[in-house]
Amino acid sequence: MHEMSLCEGIRSVIEGATDRKVTRVRLEIGRFAGVEKNALEFAFDVVMRGSVAEGADLVFIDLPGHALCYDCVKEVEIMNRLDPCPTCGGGRLMPQGGDEMRIKDLEVI
Amino acid sequence: MCTVCGCGDAKLEGHQHHHHDHGYHHHPHHGDIHFGHGPAGVAVPGMSQERLIEIETDILAKNDRYALENRKRLASLGAFAVNLVSSPGSGKTTLLCKTIEHLAQTPLAVIEGDQQTANDADRIRATGAPAIQVNTGKGCHLDGHMVGHAMEHLDLAHGSFLFIENVGNLVCPAAFDLGEDCKIAILSVTEGEDKPLKYPDMFTAARLAILNKVDLAPYCDVDLDLYETNLRRVNPAIDILRVSARTGEGMAAWISWLNARRAEKILQRAAE
Repeated sequence: MHEMSLCEGIRSVIEGATDRKVTRVRLEIGRFAGVEKNALEFAFDVVMRGSVAEGADLVFIDLPGHALCYDCVKEVEIMNRLDPCPTCGGGRLMPQGGDEMRIKDLEVI
Repeated sequence: MCTVCGCGDAKLEGHQHHHHDHGYHHHPHHGDIHFGHGPAGVAVPGMSQERLIEIETDILAKNDRYALENRKRLASLGAFAVNLVSSPGSGKTTLLCKTIEHLAQTPLAVIEGDQQTANDADRIRATGAPAIQVNTGKGCHLDGHMVGHAMEHLDLAHGSFLFIENVGNLVCPAAFDLGEDCKIAILSVTEGEDKPLKYPDMFTAARLAILNKVDLAPYCDVDLDLYETNLRRVNPAIDILRVSARTGEGMAAWISWLNARRAEKILQRAAE
């Protein structure tokens, strides 16, 4: 959606955290975060140029999507935003997490 | 993908001069504010491991800090702020103009977000309400920083409404907190019943959906109940109102919804 500005956020966090050469950046991305990973990878390469993280590997850690079913009132894990409830088949699910976009850690040399 | 959104060249119109207490923008000419780079990155203490640096920071942490400041300021004023989100052309500005007419006795102000032009702020000011236009340049959404600056230019009265009309876009504005009390999604009946399924995040983030232009429903073979079913499929808790800003249908219910939310906030503030 806005992968370029997300990468600018990532760069600003990295630059505030270290002056050392960064070789790997690990991101935690929730299943419902709306992040297009291919676009993020592309933007990452472009935005990190000239920074300590230029050429760093980008690693995604996928976080599951959870939702509360308004029919059976159970918290369930779903793979896609529009999936029915795996417990009761109901179609009214409210996401309860899975929108995370977090920088977990950096590997530096 | 939006290539350069949320950064670079947003402008704030409506003022010949402005005070500025941050100090990291350039104001080269015409009194416009250019949103460039924000403050430097986040300092993360205690991270001097040999090879691995723990960060555990939200990518949008910077935006969220600005949004929190806006929210505190609104709370101190007892002002109720809504973030109006929709596709381009759903009728947000017309709805706002009519809303302002109905709220004649209530203090309010408007922040208008668009990539270019001050047309919408001009339309709002023609109603007599204070408005400020934020042009995001190539940006596809308002962010907490832009709205904080816009608020500096609006003399918000105690207990007032702040209407923030976001850039017409059903994707990016869902992720950017502005400090508002709630998002309101506006969906015109000409857009198709499956819009909530195609762009679920925005409708999940919204507390109320306004199904606008219902006067056109007989001419475009739409099923209004299916709109509601699809909205509840992506957000079972969402409130839904059927409105025509043009004919006035449903406007009373919308105004009553707004006043009830503002009253709740004032009561909540009194209780604290």
